[in-house]
Amino acid sequence: MLKKLASGPYLFWIAMFIIVPILMILFFSMVTVESDGSYTFTVSNYVRAFDPIYVTVLLRSLKIAVQATLICLVLGYPMAMILAKMDPRYRTTAVMLFVVPMWMNFLLRTYAWMTILGKNGVLNGILSFFGLPQMTFLYSEGAVLLGMVYNFLPFMVLPIYTVLMKMDKSLIEAAEDLGGNKKTVFTKVVLPLSLPGILSGVSMVFMPAVSTFVISNLLYGGQYMLVGNLIEQQFLVVNDWHFGSAVAMILMLLILVSMAVMNKLGGSGVEEKGVNLW
Amino acid sequence: MKKIFAVVLLVVLMASLFTGCSNSDQVVLNVYNWGDYIDEDIFQQFEEETGIKINYETYATNEEMYTKINKGGTQYDIAIPSEYMIEKMIKEDLLEPIDLTKIPNYANIDDQFKNLSFDPNNQYSVPYFWGTVGIIYNTNLIDGPIDSWDVLWDEQYARQFTMVDSQRDSIMVALKKLGYSMNTKNLDELEEAKQALIEQKPLVLAYVGDNVKDMLISEEASMAVVWSGEASAVIQEYDYFEYALPKEGSNMWFDNIVIPKGAKNIDAAHQFIDFLSRGDIGFLNADYVGYATCNIETMKLIDPALIGTTYAYPDKNLLENFEIFQDPGDFIVEYDRIWTELKAK
Repeated sequence: MLKKLASGPYLFWIAMFIIVPILMILFFSMVTVESDGSYTFTVSNYVRAFDPIYVTVLLRSLKIAVQATLICLVLGYPMAMILAKMDPRYRTTAVMLFVVPMWMNFLLRTYAWMTILGKNGVLNGILSFFGLPQMTFLYSEGAVLLGMVYNFLPFMVLPIYTVLMKMDKSLIEAAEDLGGNKKTVFTKVVLPLSLPGILSGVSMVFMPAVSTFVISNLLYGGQYMLVGNLIEQQFLVVNDWHFGSAVAMILMLLILVSMAVMNKLGGSGVEEKGVNLW
Repeated sequence: MKKIFAVVLLVVLMASLFTGCSNSDQVVLNVYNWGDYIDEDIFQQFEEETGIKINYETYATNEEMYTKINKGGTQYDIAIPSEYMIEKMIKEDLLEPIDLTKIPNYANIDDQFKNLSFDPNNQYSVPYFWGTVGIIYNTNLIDGPIDSWDVLWDEQYARQFTMVDSQRDSIMVALKKLGYSMNTKNLDELEEAKQALIEQKPLVLAYVGDNVKDMLISEEASMAVVWSGEASAVIQEYDYFEYALPKEGSNMWFDNIVIPKGAKNIDAAHQFIDFLSRGDIGFLNADYVGYATCNIETMKLIDPALIGTTYAYPDKNLLENFEIFQDPGDFIVEYDRIWTELKAK
């Protein structure tokens, strides 16, 4: 009885703020408004989303999100290993240092990058100090990619770090006793065991990266349309909630599919072992 | 356990009864305005004079404001849209009529800004500021004569200038460059404008909103399409900037104060409009935001050096080819489509 009562607020929360809004988006995506204010069902919003222009936007988002995820993985995995192997006396501080920037607002941190990358910014200041020519960093695809990697890297490092920390050290020792060299121990024992961490890191970086609109807006000056920007524009600028909802549904579907594929790749045990910060 | 739960529930329910009517004798006026478009110090003065508290929120584009008011769920008592948006909102019955007899300071408004086509008898709106759209440029970095929209298609200025991140204003630039009306409903002309904008896109540094001033001052951009008040704010600080009114013509706009439908404090809203129309308050605002006032009493207070400048009170003959935006009605979907396609490219 108590259990049921206690779960009430959560169920209510989920229903009101997750399920109902998703159903509303689904509804909006499948209707158009007639001139007299009535709704008619249609698939035209979805058909429009498959216009080559919008497919390009979708592919562009996928491409940059995959790139950001891979870079985060390549940078984040060694970082997580370093953290996990660190002397416990310093480890807490090191992890703290990783987390502290996340206490600051995400927007502010992205704005800070604008100051660093700008034409007369910090980076160009350093270049000109050494007598090197000025370069354009801001308002380019590279800047967007950098913004994504910077903002989402902790989401990759932390789950991998947690898994590595929890790993049974005796397994590694056993592998070493059985004559495995460092490389074999890593590829045969450590890597497979840390897979759940990698998978949750990958999905936690990929999801915000594929749907972001702030990073691309700020660091590419509103010229670089990602799926997130397309949806934002439909809702806030051109007031076409129906098309916007259709694109949002397609994006949600895409994320769901990629999550399913990743879970499949990770085998059955992932769900229990995976570390989710969200 | 159940008892505790019941008590907690009761407390919550009781408390919810009182939210919203705490401090019930103080009227709170919800003001919805463009960012950086009022001297916020006047709120204090208004509260001291009338006892009405101001709750202030801002928006970045007319469309954003419209969407929020149109979709409901908001209770703004005051908003300050531009002319084409006012026209649209009147058509869609989203505005409360204004009783001008309750606004004695309406007499301060210059007659040339009254009874304009978008609101013929000022039944729904009271003029606030007016201005133009033009090109501001840094004379230290740009030497060519800037007097035409063509410079924004000129390779030599590639990646040095910004456009406005607003669909009607950016499409206006292309239409005017091509010599068409910015209120055109001719699809071929719009298509041509779209092609021009697509052709221009690689040359554009960024499509920006409110941060354009910072970009100019930090020399991130050396030239920008801006609203006149932004130019005025920059030029008054840094005299090496200049503001050009393109010879092909541009947008001349008016922002008027309105009371959106659904407003709860109509009387207080009238009081606030009257307050804003006072000469001295108008001056504080004009001085802060840098746009051109529609108020005769304020005109007497402003710096005479501003009269005749391109960015504040330009010479009439410079405004020959200028137009006022009209609400395109349902045709707006074509503008929406062009803007989406341009940005998606």
